[in-house]
Amino acid sequence: MTGIDLTGLEVRPAQVWGGVRLVPLVRAAPVAGLRLHREVYACSGHGVDVGDGTAYTSYIPHGFVADWSGEGAGAESAAYGSRLGGEPRTVPVRGPHHRLAKRQRAKSGRAEPRLRFLPLHLALEGYLALHFGGPSTVWEEWSREAVRQGLSPRAEAAYAGWSVPGLGEALRVFEIHPGQCGLMLYVADALAAAFVVPHPDDYRLLHPTLVEDLYGELVHQYAHYGAPVPEFTARIRDAAGGGRTLADLRAAAVAQERDWAAGHDGLMARDLLETSYAFERVYRMDGFELLRFLPPFRRGGTEQHIGELITDHKGRTAYLKTFRLSENQIRRGHLLQRLADHDWHLGRTAEALGTSYRELVLRIQRAGFGSLLNAHEVARRLRETKEG
Amino acid sequence: MSETVTDLVAAEDVLFFVNAAVTATGQREFRSSAAEQRLSLAFLHEYVRVNYRPLYAACLALDVNDHNAALIVEHLLRTPHEAGAEEGRLIAARLALLPPQRVYRLFRALRAAKVNNRRTRAIVRDWLAARPDLGLDAVKYRAGLKAAARHLHLPLPDDETGDFLFAPRRRARYDHALLDAHRRAHHDQRAVYELPFTVAEGFAARHGVPRGVFLERIAPRMTRLERLRTQRHAGVAADLSTMPLTRLALYVLALPFEERAARRTELTGALRAAAARAAGPYAGTWGRVAAVLDDSYSSSGSGVKRRRPLAVALGCHFLLEALAGSYSAHWTSGGTDPLLVRPHGPTPLGLRVLDALEAPGPAPDRLVIVSDGWDNAPPGLAGEVLRVWRTHLDPERRTAAVHLNPVYDPDGFDVRRLAPSVPTAGVRDAEDLPALVEIAQFAEGRTGLAELRAYLDRRVELFLKEAVR
Repeated sequence: MTGIDLTGLEVRPAQVWGGVRLVPLVRAAPVAGLRLHREVYACSGHGVDVGDGTAYTSYIPHGFVADWSGEGAGAESAAYGSRLGGEPRTVPVRGPHHRLAKRQRAKSGRAEPRLRFLPLHLALEGYLALHFGGPSTVWEEWSREAVRQGLSPRAEAAYAGWSVPGLGEALRVFEIHPGQCGLMLYVADALAAAFVVPHPDDYRLLHPTLVEDLYGELVHQYAHYGAPVPEFTARIRDAAGGGRTLADLRAAAVAQERDWAAGHDGLMARDLLETSYAFERVYRMDGFELLRFLPPFRRGGTEQHIGELITDHKGRTAYLKTFRLSENQIRRGHLLQRLADHDWHLGRTAEALGTSYRELVLRIQRAGFGSLLNAHEVARRLRETKEG
Repeated sequence: MSETVTDLVAAEDVLFFVNAAVTATGQREFRSSAAEQRLSLAFLHEYVRVNYRPLYAACLALDVNDHNAALIVEHLLRTPHEAGAEEGRLIAARLALLPPQRVYRLFRALRAAKVNNRRTRAIVRDWLAARPDLGLDAVKYRAGLKAAARHLHLPLPDDETGDFLFAPRRRARYDHALLDAHRRAHHDQRAVYELPFTVAEGFAARHGVPRGVFLERIAPRMTRLERLRTQRHAGVAADLSTMPLTRLALYVLALPFEERAARRTELTGALRAAAARAAGPYAGTWGRVAAVLDDSYSSSGSGVKRRRPLAVALGCHFLLEALAGSYSAHWTSGGTDPLLVRPHGPTPLGLRVLDALEAPGPAPDRLVIVSDGWDNAPPGLAGEVLRVWRTHLDPERRTAAVHLNPVYDPDGFDVRRLAPSVPTAGVRDAEDLPALVEIAQFAEGRTGLAELRAYLDRRVELFLKEAVR
């Protein structure tokens, strides 16, 4: 599989609030056999005392529990509210969330048909771990640190939903459609995130969590500097569609809705739906698969999303959550991919990219990987190429 | 008299203002904050006062809400030099209708604005003189009365009230029963139950009386609304038979679904009776009526105006049923049981308007839309449907269409409109519907300032006549 398949989900007219456009996705019938719940981590404070008086506190707004037991909202009922841990009194050796996707176990130790995972962490993990091991061939240009420790530190900045201007308000006033199972979120008319769940009840419960999720820096900037977006208001042409009877008028009105759906899929969500992704399976549960995907890191303006999804046995999307990469992040991914393609050989990579050795070194430095290069060796090579 | 552009603009501005003054309460709405509303309203009041002073004052005779009535009075009293002829009487008549706590708040606002002119003093003096029991006011609105008396240097009619407010330790006991009860309530629990509910509440808390015991014993001293507010805790049954329509609708919507279903006959009966009272002589005179009523998620209002838009829609439903000869209702959610409505889902207003127009039988005589003007599935479709229908399908206006909007839009200084061809009026209480439909005719832009002025003069005359009685 190479693309995201949103069969079964219909687009409904967008709702606009300031610079945010929210496009509801509606299922005629919920996906059978899978439910998503929200897990709230109530345990207070995963605080770790660093030793010098400072404490490290991590905050996990919520996790998802995929439940394919077919019992609906059985034992694992969804809950509201989340909290930031209070004062860290104890120092846990290891946090309770030591694996990203973890099978839930009952008290007896028997594995239950439930899987707990943290939203978007699979996707981000996939992106951050991109060639995390560092150079696969030890060329002289790579520093000893690079060879020994790989790309480090792995860090990306993201913004919480509530810090994206206008997003919280837009999600609050959004009117959820009956049967709605998903949402496409546009900021300044750039696709910021897509979110799909298997069942409308799950969506209703998880809708507020969108404001706690993380969004890329691009989304934050667009929301900050973008102007309000226009509403695509309905237009009925007097001459052609208006007609002379109420039935004609109704036909014209319904056509408006169809036009919008077609326009949305073909124009606004095209980059998400038509790009081919590299999928990696994380977990398999009867008939369902939990996958994460990476974009091709193609440069030149197209949107690039990373994300995670659960597909049913036909490859249709039951759960989807995406994260839009910024131009910088795409560039970094692109560079790493190209380097890996050519065994981390700088000369050959430069050739494949159609630039000079000097340019490539500059690009690596600009991407924040400068410390990985052996400065002496690079300087020597540069002198050589200049002489040669 | 020929209409000039200026006149048309003036008529439009004033109607603008009436819509705002009916709907806006300076409180948070579903889509706008309280601060936005106040800013927007302040501008509107100033604009209309400066440009159309007599019309501005005449708005006091209309069904503008109490918040705006108080604002108008404040604005008029602040600028005494431009005062017109009937203003004083209008202000006095309106103050007599306002709830006393609002009037005291207005006096405090006047004090903050340092308004202390002769006319203001006269108006406050007359208002206080007309209060039935100043002792009660001294207990219940103590701070307000004190501030007013002090600011305007008004002598209080009797020494006791004056002492109570300004020198509480001077007297060992009062002859006035309430004042004395207030004095005793500080140390005597029994005296608490002789006080008005709001005052007693504080004393009860101070004496540590359990809430249940307190509510049970204070019940005879409660007003109708206080009883309604606390009935869930107190187990005191509310009297539904005398409640106004919108209040009743709010009450019904606050009940859980099971209770609504269980008390269906009782609640429906009460709503029908309230609607019949509100319809009065107009009952059954409106012919065929089709209504489009908004029960989308946004009709849930805000934390301070909970479910107000939905309650207005529900009230309108029963009122239209009473007014109409034959009636059909179309809720945006597609629901058919008015008693079980809840704010839920999007607003496909365009398709519902079509449903209403297409209903079997002959075309309706009236189409009434009750909605906050946000039409989002797809946006703007209702406006388009109404426009095409008006221009191509019903150019002779066999069906009179009107849009009633319970929500003020601070960005537009007005309530949101659906289409220019359909008149829009702000609505706060469903029972004002017949009067609003009348006013909405002006908003269509086919009648000018002269008619509007005549209409306002008529309303002012009626209003003052009623006030004298």
